[in-house]
Amino acid sequence: MAILINELTRIIIQGFTGDKATFHAQKMIEYGSKVVGGVTPGKGGQSHIGLPVFNTVKEAVDAVYPDASLIFVPAAFCADAIMEAADAGIKLVCCITDGIPAQDMMMVKRYLRRYPKEKRTTLVGPNCAGLISPGKSMLGIMPGHIYMAGKVGLVTRSGTLGYEAASQMKDLGIGVSSSIGIGGDPINGSSFLDILALFEHDPETEAVMMIGEIGGPQEAEAAMWVKQHMTKPVIGYVAGLTAPKGRRMGHAGAIISAFGDTAAEKAEIMRSLGLTVAKSPAHLGEAVAEALANRPAKKKTVTR
Amino acid sequence: MDIHEYQAKELLANFGVAVPRGGVAYSAEQAVYRAAEIGGARWAVKAQIHSGARGKAGGIKLCTTEDEVRKAATELLGKRLVTHQTGPDGKVVHRLYVEAAVPIERELYLGFVLDRKSERIMLVAHPHGGMEIEEIVKSEPETILRQTMEPAVGMRAFQAREVAFGLGLPAQSINRAVTVLLGCYRAFRDLDATMVEINPLVLTRDGQLLALDAKMGFDDNALFRRPNVSELRDHAEEDPREAQASEHGLNYVALDGEIGCIINGAGLAMATMDMIKHAGGNPANFLDVGGGASPERVAMAFKLVLQDRKVGAMLVNIFAGINRCDWVARGVVQAVKDVGVNVPLVVRLAGTNVEEGRAIITESGLPIITADSLADAAEKVVAAWKHAKGN
Repeated sequence: MAILINELTRIIIQGFTGDKATFHAQKMIEYGSKVVGGVTPGKGGQSHIGLPVFNTVKEAVDAVYPDASLIFVPAAFCADAIMEAADAGIKLVCCITDGIPAQDMMMVKRYLRRYPKEKRTTLVGPNCAGLISPGKSMLGIMPGHIYMAGKVGLVTRSGTLGYEAASQMKDLGIGVSSSIGIGGDPINGSSFLDILALFEHDPETEAVMMIGEIGGPQEAEAAMWVKQHMTKPVIGYVAGLTAPKGRRMGHAGAIISAFGDTAAEKAEIMRSLGLTVAKSPAHLGEAVAEALANRPAKKKTVTR
Repeated sequence: MDIHEYQAKELLANFGVAVPRGGVAYSAEQAVYRAAEIGGARWAVKAQIHSGARGKAGGIKLCTTEDEVRKAATELLGKRLVTHQTGPDGKVVHRLYVEAAVPIERELYLGFVLDRKSERIMLVAHPHGGMEIEEIVKSEPETILRQTMEPAVGMRAFQAREVAFGLGLPAQSINRAVTVLLGCYRAFRDLDATMVEINPLVLTRDGQLLALDAKMGFDDNALFRRPNVSELRDHAEEDPREAQASEHGLNYVALDGEIGCIINGAGLAMATMDMIKHAGGNPANFLDVGGGASPERVAMAFKLVLQDRKVGAMLVNIFAGINRCDWVARGVVQAVKDVGVNVPLVVRLAGTNVEEGRAIITESGLPIITADSLADAAEKVVAAWKHAKGN
């Protein structure tokens, strides 16, 4: 099962013929992902690394029936690329590019809501490392070999800190069902809460690790949802305990930001809502191992 | 990116926001000339630095004669102002803004921000402007007026009216307030701002609404399409090392500690800094080398970190996804040879091609300490720093 992607997911790449996209498309194919083509406006009809290139996402949809799209186009054109994929009916869009203007993302989020929920595109990112369901499919730029297939869901803002968590888990013999990088931008496609809800309903996931960062309300919202709805254990960590308070101008930021913006406050909120919090970033794997070992016996029998 | 008060007022005036008459001055003579140009008998001479709370720090002086204007300008230019928003080092005044002082009836607060929760532009307003706004908000949070804007249609006039009446303005000032509010919103949207703040917005005795102070911040990711905004950048207001870093695509923030850091990815960088602290050290900086860390970029990162004299040991922590460890290792070796690193250096590599990367470091014969894990790296760099300090 896993979440969002599996061995059957048909993938196209937007901005297909660029250097980075080409390199990562090849890595994804080597990993076993089903890449079926790509889009580069003006290069339609050509073949690139043995796969068809299309001018528009709609053409790609008609010809190769993709389920997911991975976006590598430059930041200035990303909002457009995401909307194009959504309009063509692609169910899952992951945007790797960083540096997208915040107001562009505001428009994108508004645009995605014009479709009824059952037809709505799930956006992951931007500014993220992508998604992987180990052993099945990879839709992103992560080093696939550091992930072992298993039963712990992983959701992180930071790509590289997600790698750190996955490799610590692998060293302890703990595998991952799916790992989702939601990206570091202030406005992003899927939130921690969105991904936790998917893991909660995934029969192959038995526990979830969630790694946040300073800034924004998403970690606290997700922790509240865990307390109210989640039956699986959630292990948290928030990077940036030593980060200095940013210099700022004016009062407006302070007026809208409530308690819960700093790493220490977020970790405290997580703890108070029943999450296990790793004591340092070197203990991410150990914290997961402990949480798995301490699961109540009743829950174990339910999941088996 | 932030801009000065006088620049923000000029931008906002183009969107219909009324501001007092004023002009920028770089010398005392120019300040006197500006005062004469503006006319009247009362002027405010205001230090232009990227910070609020300038009044409390002595950066704003009210004058009633030419001599007072000259004296105030002479005192302020070159002065280092420290406010709670500048940090302990403060900021040196290089520019002044001379402005007509207006008779004030009431002071109001207006701010526009990008609200991460609603993912929309949000207006916050309060009937009491001035410097105590943050305290008022803490003690009486229910008195803040808020509006969030639907991105597809933008801010509507009814939203502006609701706020204007909520602020308790007299009926004859409501239309002026609507013009100010919609103007600020349009400036925010059309210029890709992240913050527009007018504190205070004043109601004058003759019923005008004027922006007495104005602050604007902008989305760095959108500057490419806002050339008229990006030309307002004042390099004197920026940390020279941070500016140098951003020119090379590096994200650098100077801190107070002794352990210099070079890491890929902001999250891993913060986690590594947490780990250094955990091991008993203090990070000297935050530095994210980003995705494609070429040897040139790694060398540049070393140069930046080593410019900080406090650095007593260095840690390189790279978890290669887009990067390959062998590529990063070559960059480290080249940087150590070219830049000359005379403090202990710990390198931790993980991810793609890690074996090749480690081999390159070992075979270089350079005095580089290698580490396998995050914990190992943090402990080794703190131990090396303590050892070096002891000698």
